[in-house]
Amino acid sequence: MSTTNWNGRWFHLRKVLERGGPLAHPDFQASNETLDFLLENCKVLVVGAGGLGCELLKNLALMGFRQIHVIDMDTIDVSNLNRQFLFRHSDVGKPKAKVAANFINERIPLANVTPYYAKIQDYDQDFYAGFHVVVCGLDSIIARRWINGMLISLLTYEDGELDPSSVIPLVDGGTEGFKGNVRVILPGMNACIECTLDLFPPQINFPLCTIAHTPRLPEHCIEYARLLQWPKENPFGEEIPIDGDDPNHISWIYEKALQRANEYGILGVTYRLAQGVVKHIIPAVASTNAVVAAACALEVFKLASSCAPKLDNYMVFNDTDGIYTYTYAAERNESCVACSQIPKDLVFDENVRLSEVMEHLSTTYQMKSPGVTTTDQQGRNRTLYLPNVSSIEERTRPNLKKTLKELGLKDGAQLIVADVTSPNSIEFHLKLHASMDT
Amino acid sequence: MASPSPKSPGQISDKSKKYDRQLRLWGDHGQTALESANVCLINATATGTEILKSLVLPGIGSFTIVDGALVSGEDAGNNFFLDHSKIGKPRAHVATQLLKELNSDVKGDYIEETCDQLLSNNPDFFCSFSVVIATGLTEKSLHSLSSNLWHNNVPLVVSVSYGFIGSIRLQVSEHCIIESHPDNLLEDLRLDKPFPGLKEFMDSIKLSEMNHKQFSHTPYLVLLYKALEIWNERHGPNPPLNYKEKEIFKNIIKNELGYGIAKEEDSNTGDEENVAEAIKAVNTALTKTQVPSNVQKILNDDQCIQLKEKNSFWIIARAVKEFVEKEGNGVLPLRGSLPDMTSDSQRYIALQNVYREQASKDAEHVWRHVQTILKERGWAGESVIENDVKLFCKHSSELRMIRGSCLAEELDGKQLPADVDINQQLEEPDSPWLHYLLLRAVNKFHTENGSYPGYYDDNVETDISKLKGCFSRLLNDLGCQGGSLSKDDNLHEMCRYGAAELHAVAAFIGGCAAQEVIKLITKQYVPLDNTFIFNSVTTTTATLRL
Ligand SMILES: [Zn+2]
Repeated sequence: MSTTNWNGRWFHLRKVLERGGPLAHPDFQASNETLDFLLENCKVLVVGAGGLGCELLKNLALMGFRQIHVIDMDTIDVSNLNRQFLFRHSDVGKPKAKVAANFINERIPLANVTPYYAKIQDYDQDFYAGFHVVVCGLDSIIARRWINGMLISLLTYEDGELDPSSVIPLVDGGTEGFKGNVRVILPGMNACIECTLDLFPPQINFPLCTIAHTPRLPEHCIEYARLLQWPKENPFGEEIPIDGDDPNHISWIYEKALQRANEYGILGVTYRLAQGVVKHIIPAVASTNAVVAAACALEVFKLASSCAPKLDNYMVFNDTDGIYTYTYAAERNESCVACSQIPKDLVFDENVRLSEVMEHLSTTYQMKSPGVTTTDQQGRNRTLYLPNVSSIEERTRPNLKKTLKELGLKDGAQLIVADVTSPNSIEFHLKLHASMDT
Repeated sequence: MASPSPKSPGQISDKSKKYDRQLRLWGDHGQTALESANVCLINATATGTEILKSLVLPGIGSFTIVDGALVSGEDAGNNFFLDHSKIGKPRAHVATQLLKELNSDVKGDYIEETCDQLLSNNPDFFCSFSVVIATGLTEKSLHSLSSNLWHNNVPLVVSVSYGFIGSIRLQVSEHCIIESHPDNLLEDLRLDKPFPGLKEFMDSIKLSEMNHKQFSHTPYLVLLYKALEIWNERHGPNPPLNYKEKEIFKNIIKNELGYGIAKEEDSNTGDEENVAEAIKAVNTALTKTQVPSNVQKILNDDQCIQLKEKNSFWIIARAVKEFVEKEGNGVLPLRGSLPDMTSDSQRYIALQNVYREQASKDAEHVWRHVQTILKERGWAGESVIENDVKLFCKHSSELRMIRGSCLAEELDGKQLPADVDINQQLEEPDSPWLHYLLLRAVNKFHTENGSYPGYYDDNVETDISKLKGCFSRLLNDLGCQGGSLSKDDNLHEMCRYGAAELHAVAAFIGGCAAQEVIKLITKQYVPLDNTFIFNSVTTTTATLRL
């Protein structure tokens, strides 16, 4: 018996891979080649080595995948240990991707997990094009949207027809407390992340005037300490931002919030709540991560082997009251800014100010800090507004108050918009109409 | 029950840092319950160790693995906690070691015996566990275990991963939940039945004497109350019920309440934020205050009326029942919390205190009923503590109770639940009832043949027809003579699986089952009632009641 390929190792997988069945996917050919493909060739990218990522690595490695790559920019924190089971106390502070990969490679013979302690944005199209499937276990919506945009940018079209060989499936999982969701995205073929952006609840921010003048909830007091008292008092030195992981920082905010709460007779300010509000903490538990990551791994397995039909295309999970799931086909948005082939128009009155266009980009397309450039008739690029580089921001800020007409923009002008939510800029065509009320 | 949460960083232990993300779900008292629990896993299969993994990580007190098998090559291939280097060693021991590595707070123990051996040599063995989890048992062993635990009143969670199908069966005779944490809980505002403190507060507020700033910073509850006064004067004691009435009511809020108040620059009376909030709340805040049906069921239960057992839940439930019938005038103790709403701080907090004080008075009444009940029955005063009564009252509108059924009786049963039209279910290839029956049929096959259908590569075809026989005999046993499948596709698929335990299916079932165990232990959130079927071919799940 070999120490790495012992008798019976793939007993369970062989049953469903080497036997056909009337309920298997119509494309499925039962043979021993499928397992070989999984073991030797199939390259899977796991994005995120946190709660879902750890589970995914284990699940994929035990479902016959070996060429697994994992990317994560985070290091291990004590609060990860209640669910991120590849990490031990002694690993706190080390890169998640590396520790997770090592653990799997040591436990499972011939597993070949390659870690990347890096940001997803550090890699380009050549890197992402090398995978058969990408599976995301992220808590950041922006990162999800970026990966989605990256996989869409790899699509090729011939005479308007999508080349199916350019499609890299994306399996996406998410959790929040006892709730979770799993989806299978075939970029360009079914609903993508941007098609269904409204599925993500908007982050709730308390109005500043409530925080400043009419606090009622303990959260209002914590936000007062965080947003108004901290920048004014700079308790740990000039320009030192709040570090949600530094207990001294959280204590300071907690004490200030408690003082304010006492002044108003508000109950319920605790250290735990203060930390939760400051860090936007999302509750998490091992079981939900296990369930969602298992469902994701099953989809990767079904996509790679065709031994059963894949999820079409969205499942929600909630086990607060019994165990509830709901599976449905999320619909494509025919004018999706990311995956539709339709040119995107921005229709505005010529007397509208640039700031209103920026506002439109933020609300309609949920962009975070869009930068806008245009090309003039000579083909030269001209920056209209760029928020992320302070010198350019300063120079272009006056443009925000100018109308589109004053900026010399004509009907049909091209606006190129760049944002952190997408790896590529998005081209819009300006449809201008003359003002009605002149 | 509720322990105070840490107040300052000096008090934050490493433990509460480690468990921070889950403490936000079940609180320090839930964690204490988890840490005092001990569970038993029968058979360290992939499904079994995946369940334990999601119990060890959040910090269960202790676990014991009962398993008489040795690690096989097949086990090492699908189980993360059975290392290939330990092939041939006892499964119970190997899995215990690797699971304990996950969390140094958790104690782990193992017994290298089979479930059957334990049941015959030491029938009381399982009595000491909070929950018993069973995987990889034959129907016969499961039958014995189920009877044993049912009679000893120990909850049992049976989990199965079979090819692309999974199932969880929960056996618990009675499970009562105070903190069910419903996703959509109606606010408990009592606008239709204002208690004296609320009436007094509302009457002290005179909208007509306000300037516009004061008006626009008045909590919307006040606006609803005042509009309701006008409504009742004109339309009688019933609140607006249908769409038309609600529109009229909204007009009162918008146009009449602020009438005559000089508006500030740039604003119109009727467009204030609090007015908008009041209009939005018309649909929910005016609902009639009554005892919800899930709670009424508990208050009318024999356990509550007879009160034969000295059980804290039922004693308090009985006290609440007496409160409802006496001081409560037909309604439950007040919850005592308020949703956030546009308001100046002072009036919001004053209003909040009005609700808090009444809730505290109501709980005080219930506490007195508890003491009377204890005295009448000669039960010790410390059988119930006051904090439990407060918690119970606060959550009294979300109480839940599950009365389960015995698995052994289900296996002996001569029929399926009356509301199931089995012939119709057999027509649908994705029906969860069909998959329930298929899982029973493969167990019957195992009982008759000593192996699962399709376990051996050479027998797949012949096993399909044998399984077909098992399936129709099972239907006969269940009183469904002549019932049959129109096609063999599902039977074929079961034979294709050949009892394969796919790791990802085991992990899915493992995560689900672990959370059910945590619900049973913490008595928070609502457990499954009582059979869960997962079909990973269609990625759908269903819950059946057996
Ligand atoms: Zn799209």
